Amino acid sequence: MAQLRTSRALHEQEAARHPVLVFLAAAWPWFFLFLLLVFFETWARLAYGVSFVFNGFNAQSIALFAAAPLLLGLGQTFVIIAGGIDLSVGFVMGLAAVIMARVMQSLAGVDPGLALAAGILVAFLVSLIPGWINGTLVSRLRVPAFIGTLGMYGVARGTGFLAAGGTTVPVNNPWLFEMGNGKLLGVPIPVVITILVVIAMHYVLSQTRFGQHTYAIGGNRAAALRAGINVRRHTLLLYVISAGCAGIAGLLYTARFSAGAAQAGEPLLLDSIAAVVIGGASLFGGSGTIIGTVIGALIIAIIQYGLVFIDVEPFWQFVAVGIVIIVSVLIDQSRERLTGEAKDEG
Amino acid sequence: MKAEVPLLRCRGIGKRFGGVRALEDVGFDLDRGEVLALAGDNGAGKSTLIKIISGVYHADEGEVLFDGARMEFDNPRAARDAGIETIYQDLALADNLDVGANVFLGREPETRFLGLLPRVDRRRMRAAAHEVLETLEIDIPPSKLTEPVRNLSGGQRQAVAIGRAIFWKARLLIMDEPTAALGVPEQRKVRELVHRLRAQGVAIIFISHNLQDIMAVADRILVLRRGRKVGELPRAEATGDEIVRLMVGG
Repeated sequence: MAQLRTSRALHEQEAARHPVLVFLAAAWPWFFLFLLLVFFETWARLAYGVSFVFNGFNAQSIALFAAAPLLLGLGQTFVIIAGGIDLSVGFVMGLAAVIMARVMQSLAGVDPGLALAAGILVAFLVSLIPGWINGTLVSRLRVPAFIGTLGMYGVARGTGFLAAGGTTVPVNNPWLFEMGNGKLLGVPIPVVITILVVIAMHYVLSQTRFGQHTYAIGGNRAAALRAGINVRRHTLLLYVISAGCAGIAGLLYTARFSAGAAQAGEPLLLDSIAAVVIGGASLFGGSGTIIGTVIGALIIAIIQYGLVFIDVEPFWQFVAVGIVIIVSVLIDQSRERLTGEAKDEG
Repeated sequence: MKAEVPLLRCRGIGKRFGGVRALEDVGFDLDRGEVLALAGDNGAGKSTLIKIISGVYHADEGEVLFDGARMEFDNPRAARDAGIETIYQDLALADNLDVGANVFLGREPETRFLGLLPRVDRRRMRAAAHEVLETLEIDIPPSKLTEPVRNLSGGQRQAVAIGRAIFWKARLLIMDEPTAALGVPEQRKVRELVHRLRAQGVAIIFISHNLQDIMAVADRILVLRRGRKVGELPRAEATGDEIVRLMVGG
């Protein structure tokens, strides 16, 4: 009988892993989301005699609120799982919003449907450029992701404001307005689009070889290389995906407000990273899921919207979201401890 | 069963890194079912040599013949496809993935979801992982097969790495310090695995600092010093003292 494990190693492992604790650590975002809803529901009923959760307007507002940081967070999830980070997403979103508005403005004379299609196409393609540059910096030129994408944060920001002429760029186009404010079966179209992107990203990450390799690179880059995975190309694509998600968020921004603004995504960068981390991803790479990021984005949106709803001073939002981020990282750390040995250096 | 051409023949291998000569005129043959130990001090060129054979580096001079054909691997994937698998001490596994995903890392099988979308075939990966561990008589509880391999012991992880090589029909297995991070009972298990693989006709090159390991499993011992081959002797004629003398010179 080949008995490879030594009994000592086995004991150490078993002692470190209480199934209940491990389960709680993995499922805590769901619990937390649930508790939040119970909290606001109770408050709303006691204080105002209305429902917080079973209220179409609230649900819709929260979904719209969560859509943009979630879109940024989707691409960010891929990047973070692979052990990177993308700080440029907020201003890539703004750049896409401005480019879309500019293109549509200059096409004001043509058919509105055509102008919209052109705006979407051009702005989306332009949004991929910063991603491609980020990816090249990180994968080929070996610039640390934090620094490379911080540089792109500045470049995209400046380019966005330059393209916008330092102001917001208004567009008057009924199709655009419909895309941002219309509904499909009662669901706002931006939310529908976000859901479609979520489904696509979830599929890619959890079901495809591309997703599998993303985890492998984050878990052990050297092993991924030795296994013949084209780590450079893969890393490049991750940043392009991240920028593409930010680009879609920019398109939806311009649609919602019928105007493009370079600062459209400025406050959303930290929300997007927070959503990923609250959703259970490790900033050291190797773990995270799209579902987790969705839960994380919902938690942030519910805290922000809920606190306004129950009339708390809006500044408490920052405190509350900040605390949730810290707690989720603490839980992640203890989960490492619970599930056994520390992570190897990649 | 000795074929006419050796499975692996290295001739006059040389490699420089900038001004530093890492290897100079190293040559040796290796047959099927033979175990060659690479011995040498730190910086003797052992790692460089195996990286050339496994396609990570390209030799500046000399040639590698695998199965009689000159091999020009420009990446590890090409070497793996030819049947050369390498197991590095810490670099072998993605700790956050399960056994099946590690066995198939970089070569994941796919099915079609709804007959359309490509999808990684996890069931097949799991089944194949189970099968290969069974043929190697490696005992990993089934419940652990679906957990990240970081939850396995060092010896089990080493076994998974070896199992992966065997699953992909490795004809030449290169092992870098296979027992370095292991406790004594697990070292013994890995040696048993090496014996079993040799019996199946796999050729094995392994690097080790551990003379006990070398004497226990090697058929032949090749000693490098400062990038040059300073000795190649059958185990029967080797003594620990002599290997050490060759390694350090003098």
